[in-house]
Amino acid sequence: MTRATFAGVGVSLAAAPLGCFVVWRRMAYFGESTAHAAMLGIAISLTFEFSILVGAILVSLIMASSLTILEGRSLFMDTLLGVAGHSSIAAALVIVSFISGVRIDLMAYLIGDILAVSKMDLFMIWLGVLIVFLLIIWRWSPLLLVTLSEDLASANGYNPKKENLIITISLAIMVAVGIKVVGVLLIIALLIIPAASARFIALTPESMGFISAIIGVSSSLLGIYSAYFFDTPTGPSIVCVASLFFLIFMTANAFIKK
Amino acid sequence: MLIDISKLEVKYGSKKVLQNINLSLNANEIVTIVGPNGSGKTTLFKAIIGSVPLSKGKISIKPNLRIGYVPQQLKVDQTLPITVERFLKLATRNNNDIEKMIAFFGSENIFREQINSLSGGQMQRVLLARALVNEPEILLLDEATRGLDQPGIEAFYRKIENISKETNCAVLMISHDLHVVMRASDRVICVNGHICCQGTPENVATSTEYQTLFGSNIDGSFALYRHKHDHNHDVMGR
Repeated sequence: MTRATFAGVGVSLAAAPLGCFVVWRRMAYFGESTAHAAMLGIAISLTFEFSILVGAILVSLIMASSLTILEGRSLFMDTLLGVAGHSSIAAALVIVSFISGVRIDLMAYLIGDILAVSKMDLFMIWLGVLIVFLLIIWRWSPLLLVTLSEDLASANGYNPKKENLIITISLAIMVAVGIKVVGVLLIIALLIIPAASARFIALTPESMGFISAIIGVSSSLLGIYSAYFFDTPTGPSIVCVASLFFLIFMTANAFIKK
Repeated sequence: MLIDISKLEVKYGSKKVLQNINLSLNANEIVTIVGPNGSGKTTLFKAIIGSVPLSKGKISIKPNLRIGYVPQQLKVDQTLPITVERFLKLATRNNNDIEKMIAFFGSENIFREQINSLSGGQMQRVLLARALVNEPEILLLDEATRGLDQPGIEAFYRKIENISKETNCAVLMISHDLHVVMRASDRVICVNGHICCQGTPENVATSTEYQTLFGSNIDGSFALYRHKHDHNHDVMGR
């Protein structure tokens, strides 16, 4: 239970700054497709019996990089993302059905299995969390500038493509690390819901990052403990709590505006 | 020599948007670029700041050149909350530089405003402030007077002229008007896919026709540029 708590808190902390960028750069669908690709990575890992984490990160990176390269040239990015993402999930489920003998519990990968986090899992999760968190914080200003205007960033000597790559890599690591906590289907929710909630009360990008961290961590803690008491699946419970926060902030904002 | 452009060519796909552009800019010079819509003026700027690759030719830029770039517009997504103050701080960490900007705006009220709640004119002032904050050696102004009325344009040109005189900053500006340019321009270059003509503006402020059109304020910061084309372009710009 303690390990689950640490895993949840860790993932929420890294999800906060990265999630803000996913919202600002309108990458929710891109993130979704990356997460679905991770499922394909998991299926391949299970088939050839190597580490899930490695499989997930590798395929996510390949998918995210390919999509980024196509971004400038493809007119129908939205459709392409849909095709790539959903094909991945479908292929993953088909591949897994071929694995003879052992019945793989796919639910654990789709919605997470945080209570089964081992010491090794926790170590890998926190490693990933630290890498993502430090990456985003280190490149915060250039990433912000590139998000505001690629031209302004170029004029200041930054390379928008390089900063974009940082977001892509962070997303792939985040997805892989979040599989155990909330699963492949919901990891993007953990990125965007706290950030979207924070938007209602934040006045600067930094405060939005900070507030979404608080909301994310609170959702994790409340989610884990209420799942324990009500005997509900933990991953979805965390996301439900985050959604409640979103509703509260959105309603409060609507009233204040009047 | 701050910027030296030689035989520049830019293609979008297979279409040549700019070809055989030669241009150089030295300190203290004010150069105005004019040209019809779609003539590649903004593309030229984007090539200078490195957003757009060249298919031929070369741009030599003085090492560590401080460029102040003012784009045509900046749309900030509704999902990103950012105050004017924070936006300016992205250009410099130095709080002193930000303090100087208070004088530029006249008051510090605008600092607390959200960028996406600014009017067009306010946004333009913020973008200009941002470009100036680092004491640039060259200002790149892309149609910075679009949407301003005549007194507004006049005031803007006067401000730029003062800034250039005080800081020895060079100015490369795109004018959205084909004929009316900043009087302080040293040179005017007409661009339409290539360089159509270049020359100096005429100071016509003392002529009676000018005064009939623009008023008798002979301190006006406008001048007229007379084009000398030895060729024609069809409707498609060829």
